[in-house]
Amino acid sequence: MFTLDHHKNIIEVQGVSFAYGQEKILDQITFNVHAGDYLGLVGPNGAGKTTLLKIILGLLPPLSGSIKLFGQDISQFKDWSKIAYVPQKVTNFDPNFPATVLEVVLMGRYARRGLGRRLKPADRQVSQQALQQVNLADYSSRLIGDLSGGQQQRVFIARALASQPEVIFLDEPTTGVDQASQDDFYLLLRKLNRQLGLTLILITHDVERVVNEAMHIACIDHTLVCHSSPAEFLQSVHSTNLLGREVKILPHHHKL
Amino acid sequence: MWLAIFQYGFITRALLAGLIVGLLAPLVGIFLVLRRYSLIADTLAHVSLAGVAVGLILQINPVLTALGSTLLASLGMERLRLSKKVYGESALALFLSGSLALAVVLLSLANGFNTNLFSYLFGSIVTVTQADIYLMAILAVVVAVVLGLFYKELIYITFDEDSAQVSGLPIRLFNTVLIILAALTVSLAIPIVGVLLIAALLVIPVVVALQFRQSFIKTVIYAEIISTVSVCLGIVSSFYLNLSTGGTIVLIMLGIFLVVFWGKQGQIGSRA
Repeated sequence: MFTLDHHKNIIEVQGVSFAYGQEKILDQITFNVHAGDYLGLVGPNGAGKTTLLKIILGLLPPLSGSIKLFGQDISQFKDWSKIAYVPQKVTNFDPNFPATVLEVVLMGRYARRGLGRRLKPADRQVSQQALQQVNLADYSSRLIGDLSGGQQQRVFIARALASQPEVIFLDEPTTGVDQASQDDFYLLLRKLNRQLGLTLILITHDVERVVNEAMHIACIDHTLVCHSSPAEFLQSVHSTNLLGREVKILPHHHKL
Repeated sequence: MWLAIFQYGFITRALLAGLIVGLLAPLVGIFLVLRRYSLIADTLAHVSLAGVAVGLILQINPVLTALGSTLLASLGMERLRLSKKVYGESALALFLSGSLALAVVLLSLANGFNTNLFSYLFGSIVTVTQADIYLMAILAVVVAVVLGLFYKELIYITFDEDSAQVSGLPIRLFNTVLIILAALTVSLAIPIVGVLLIAALLVIPVVVALQFRQSFIKTVIYAEIISTVSVCLGIVSSFYLNLSTGGTIVLIMLGIFLVVFWGKQGQIGSRA
C-alpha cells in the first residue's frame, strides 16, 4: 500500500487572475490540493475551468497570482514527469492519426526517458502494465482511431499512468462516452485514487456524479465560489442556486 | 541491356541524389502532413526559388543559397506565427507570394529566364553535379541524425501538443526544429524535382501511406517504399522517355495515390 502525507500541499494556487483582452476570465482564485486528494472542478460553461487548468499546468501564463507545484514556483518547476494530463478528447485528437494503442501509451514514457534517448524494453513493460490497469491489454496493436470513445479515453488514462505520475489532471474525460463506459471510468479513477494514492483533479460537467466520487469540490464561476467537501457543496448548491440551474443530485454509493 | 543506363555518370548521380531525397522526404513529410503543415513545404519551396535566383546571379551553387533562404524564411514564418498578429495561413501566403515576387525581380535583373532556371524550377537529372551529391549527403545526414534523436518527441507533439508540453517537452524548440528540417529537406530536393514540385515529395507518399491505416512505424515504412520507388522509377523513365524528371516522379506518385485510394474505397464499398 501507499503512504501519503495528506497535509502536504502539492498544488498551491494563489490569487490567480486571467483575462482575454478586456474580458476577465478568472478573478483571484486561491486554493490548495493536497497529496492524495481527489478534486472535482465544476462550474458553468465558460466559467474558466479549462483556463484555470491550463494555468496550473503551465500552458498559459496567469495575468497575476502564482502557482506552486510540489512546493516550487511553476517557473522553477522541472519535475514534470510527476504530472500527467488527460486532455479533452474531442478537441485534441485526430482519429485518423496513424498510431497503435501501444504507441500512444508509450508517449507517456518519453518524458521519463529524457530528450533524445531511446525507449528500452522496460518502457514497453510499464506501458503494457498501464494498459492492463485500464483493461485494454488485448488492444495494444489496434489503431487508436478504431476504438470506441470510452476505450480511447482509457488509452489516454493508460498513457498518463505509463508516465508514473503523482497527479493526473483530467479535462472533461467522459464527454462523448456512453453511460456504461462512464461507470467503468469513474470506478477506475476511484481505484487510482484510493488504491494507488494518485492525486486526481477532474474537470467535469457531471456534478451529480462527481459529488459521489471526489473528496473535494471546487466550484469556479470566474471566482472560486466554493471549495469544500461534497456534502457542504451540496448544501450551498441548494441554498444559492450556484450553478444557475436546477441540479438533480441523487447520492448513491459505489462499492469498490 | 538495361544496365547500360549506368554508363552515364549523370544518371548514377541522379539516382543517388533521388534515393537520398526519396528516403528523407517522407520522414519529415509525415510530421508536416499530420500537423496540417503541408502548405509549409510548398511555401518553403517558393522561398527556395528566391534563393536559387540569388545563387544564379552571384554564381554560387544555388542549392546553398536556397538553403540559406529557406532557413531564414522558416525562422521568420515561425516568428510571425508565434506573434499571433497574422493568421498562420496568411503568414504562409505572405512568404509564398513575397519570395516568388523577389525571385522574379532578381531574375529579370539578371537578364531574364534561361534554360538553367527551368531545370531548377522543375528539376533535371542532368543538372545534378558531384558537388550537389556531397552537399545533399551532408544535409541528409544532419536531418537523419536530428530525426533519429528526436523522433519520439516529434511524434508526441504531433499527436497531442498540450500533453506533450505538460510532460515537459520544449514545444517551441521542437516546432523550430521541425520547420528547419523541412527547410533542409526542401533545399536538398531542388536538383531532382525542382522547386515547384518539392511539396509533392514531402506530402504525397505520406498521404498514400496513411490510407493503409497502420501503426506509425508501418506508415513511415510504407511512405518510404512509395517515395523511393516513385523517385527511382521517375528518374529512369524520364531518362528513357526524355520527360521532365520532377513532373514524372510526381505523376507516378499521384498514380499510386489514385490506385490505393480507389482500392481502399472499393474495400469500404464491398464491406458495406
